Amino acid sequence: MSGDGTVEDAGDLASTSSEPTPVNQGRRYFLIGATSVGAAVGVVGAAVPFLGSWVPSAKARAAGAPVTVDISKLEPGQMMTPEWRSQPVFVINRTDAQVENLKQDNARLADQDSEVEAQQPAYAANRWRSRRENLGVFVGLCTHLGCSPKLFADAQPEAFDPNWKGGFFCPCHGSRFDLAGRVVSGVPAPTNLPVPAYRFLSENVILIGEDEETS
Amino acid sequence: MSNPQGERPPAGQNPGAWGNFMGWLDERFPATETFEYHMSKYYAPKNFNFWYYFGVLSMVVLVIQLLSGIWLTMNYVPSGSGAFASVEYIMRDVEYGWLLRYMHSTGASAFFVVVYLHMFRAMLYGSYRKPRELVWLIGMGIFILLMAEGFFGYLLPWGNMSYWAAQVIVSLAGAIPVIGPDLMEWVRGDYLVSDITLNRFFALHVVAVPLMLVMLVFVHLVALHHVGSNNPDGVDIKKHKDANGVPLDGIAFHPYYSVHDIQAIVVFLFFFCAIMFFAPEMGGYFLEKPNFEAADALKTPEHIVPVWYYMPFYAMLRAATYPFLGLDAKFWGLVIMASAILLPCVLPWLDRSPVKSIRYKGFASKFMLGLFVVSFVVLGYLGAVPPSPIATGAAQLFTATYFLYFILMPWYTRVEKTKPVPDRVTMR
Amino acid sequence: MNVMSSQTSASTGGNQSGLRSAKRLLGVAFGSLIMLLSVPALAAGAAYEGEHFEADLNDLPSMQRGFKMYVNYCIGCHSLQYQRYEKTADDLGIPHEIALENLVFTGQRIGGLMVNAMAEKDAKAWFGGKAPDLTMIDRIKGSSYIYNYLKTFYADDSRPLGFNNLAFPNVGMPHVMAELQGIQRNNVCLQEPVIAENGGEKRDPLSGEPITEEVCDNLVVDEGTGSLSAEEYDQVVADITNFLHYVGEPARADRNRIGVFVLLFLVIMFALAWLLNREYWKDVEH
Repeated sequence: MSGDGTVEDAGDLASTSSEPTPVNQGRRYFLIGATSVGAAVGVVGAAVPFLGSWVPSAKARAAGAPVTVDISKLEPGQMMTPEWRSQPVFVINRTDAQVENLKQDNARLADQDSEVEAQQPAYAANRWRSRRENLGVFVGLCTHLGCSPKLFADAQPEAFDPNWKGGFFCPCHGSRFDLAGRVVSGVPAPTNLPVPAYRFLSENVILIGEDEETS
Repeated sequence: MSNPQGERPPAGQNPGAWGNFMGWLDERFPATETFEYHMSKYYAPKNFNFWYYFGVLSMVVLVIQLLSGIWLTMNYVPSGSGAFASVEYIMRDVEYGWLLRYMHSTGASAFFVVVYLHMFRAMLYGSYRKPRELVWLIGMGIFILLMAEGFFGYLLPWGNMSYWAAQVIVSLAGAIPVIGPDLMEWVRGDYLVSDITLNRFFALHVVAVPLMLVMLVFVHLVALHHVGSNNPDGVDIKKHKDANGVPLDGIAFHPYYSVHDIQAIVVFLFFFCAIMFFAPEMGGYFLEKPNFEAADALKTPEHIVPVWYYMPFYAMLRAATYPFLGLDAKFWGLVIMASAILLPCVLPWLDRSPVKSIRYKGFASKFMLGLFVVSFVVLGYLGAVPPSPIATGAAQLFTATYFLYFILMPWYTRVEKTKPVPDRVTMR
Repeated sequence: MNVMSSQTSASTGGNQSGLRSAKRLLGVAFGSLIMLLSVPALAAGAAYEGEHFEADLNDLPSMQRGFKMYVNYCIGCHSLQYQRYEKTADDLGIPHEIALENLVFTGQRIGGLMVNAMAEKDAKAWFGGKAPDLTMIDRIKGSSYIYNYLKTFYADDSRPLGFNNLAFPNVGMPHVMAELQGIQRNNVCLQEPVIAENGGEKRDPLSGEPITEEVCDNLVVDEGTGSLSAEEYDQVVADITNFLHYVGEPARADRNRIGVFVLLFLVIMFALAWLLNREYWKDVEH
């Protein structure tokens, strides 16, 4: 079975045969190979249910279904944190001044134009990283090691950054993001906060987890 | 690297990368030595027949049960409120969960099929006789642990049959005089089978008993490979060795019996998969219908039966209907059942025949072994039918014949006329 | 006893090998196993025999109709608490939007469990107890039982709800589909031809007219009380039964499909293993 060359001297198995029969070595190698390949196929097949059972179950998928969020009560400058797929989602209503600020060139940011495609759907690949300029929607987990960053909305000197313009600060390892979830260069986090797929169901209701493409 | 004789390549020959690695390893760990001792230089009699497959098949089922069991544990919830629903969750919501569950439930029954046949082989060819008494005793230990494992595991789905079967079997302890009632409560940890009972059975089923089982299987093999395998002729192959000390009637386990066993494993898996994919309930014998209903402490199933592999012993338990020595019948039922399970342990000392194998034993031994098998099978049938005067009478009769096989053995094995045993093994 | 005498002859036959007698023992064991597998006591102990119904998992349209009937007539009281709408819709080939629009009345999402909102308190007041969950009813009772149960409701004034059932005597459930089936009466007497011992109808030797007798165990629907014909109602019941058969074990179709490939693979593996074994055992002197 193990195909480890045990056959080489099998012909002179003196203990059992008085007159050694000639051994067809090629045939043995072929049969060992064929059986090994068959067994390998069997092992792979048997592994399918074991490995396959680890994907999210129907229950997990039902719990991770898209969530609707009513933003009618979200005042400018406020943020709410609904849960989607057990993750916090930052839904922030940015003021016009904050949006203007986001549009400026900012050399401190690692990826100010959202060029890393995996981090957001195409409709959020801009400087404010959202569909509607004021409304930011981000998965609230730091792209470094998954802590949830905190919102420090006001532009004022902070202990972690004397030139703070407002944004998110991760208390775990000090990563910083602006109000568009864009990462500041020189922090542990490598990329901007991800933007989930979402769409507007009406003027004031968004559906997180689904857009025109994924629905 | 080794050939059937386990010779290393002659010194001076380029060993290659693999050889270098094995050399490095062997200086630090007995890899080649272990492989040779248990596989390529373990000489087994060349006349093994059909009955010798069930040992390796038991190992295959053990692996199936360990793997599927570990995976079931990943989604199972051991609590009275969550257990039944979690099993249905596995059956419906978890990808391939149904397959893992059926693998485990079919495996439980398959385990007993192969172990019963493996044990019968030992009885047939006297494999329990000197010098293999310890192999047999360890095997009996494995068997008893397996029965415990099956019992604990049967409660876990928390179906109505699970619940009531556990209730009934734990109540057996209540038959023990004086300490019985307290013992019962202690085992359950409650006044009825409950959440608490379920949790301790879960711990025993998934950790404690499997650990002991795996250790005993290991020791079983170590003991076997120390004394060497018996064979259908019951002759000692070590009496005739060649110049190298290799038994003349022995062949290297690897590759000869490894390729031999692969065939058996494939055939076994064929039957196993046929049941698992096409008849996992096996007509209500592997998965019982009342167990598709959640445990209900207020509603006993119409007809409580244990799973098929306990039925012979269950029938013996029910066969005790008379009080004796001032103790009630319930107690004697327990004694009879326990003795029926434990009595095979002393087989090595009951068998006084000058020969090992049934091939050379006399008529009495053959008749008694046949009677034993018939008793066991009929008792299995009687354990499944509802109690009636005829069934109880029959169960009493066959319980008696079951015990007679053991009790009379020292006598009939000595007085019967045996046939001459050949000097060397025979191939037939 | 037969068994023992065959063992006796095997043993007295002289040069019998242990293997051969063992084979006989095995034969006995298998015989007994078959005997064992036909233990009638293990079958559900229902007194009413009724018709045999074989559920058909290949009849998707039937199961789809059964799904629709179930959510319209049954789920208000009888949840399917372990089963999800999404899986059911997927397995029965129903697109999610159509399922959500036509089959989900409880405000559930498509991934939700098929539960209902009836409070246990109300159920107790209305029907004397919570209606059982029916996810596993097919596995517990079998398809024939469900089929017969749904067909054999009959009017019975002695019952609080005015209905009784042949498959489930003194049932506490009203006949929910009475408007479809109509009002059925039990023990109606009809003139039926007398069946002779040879299986044919007995006829009067002079006139050639069939001889009839009064038989009084008939279930008959009052004409014009149901909106469906007898055949249509039977189909509705078959649809619901098929649906519940699917819900009892949704993996059944999967396992049968996968099983075929696994067994075929093992047959090929056996051929290889057999050839390999034969090749090596050429070394061994027989």
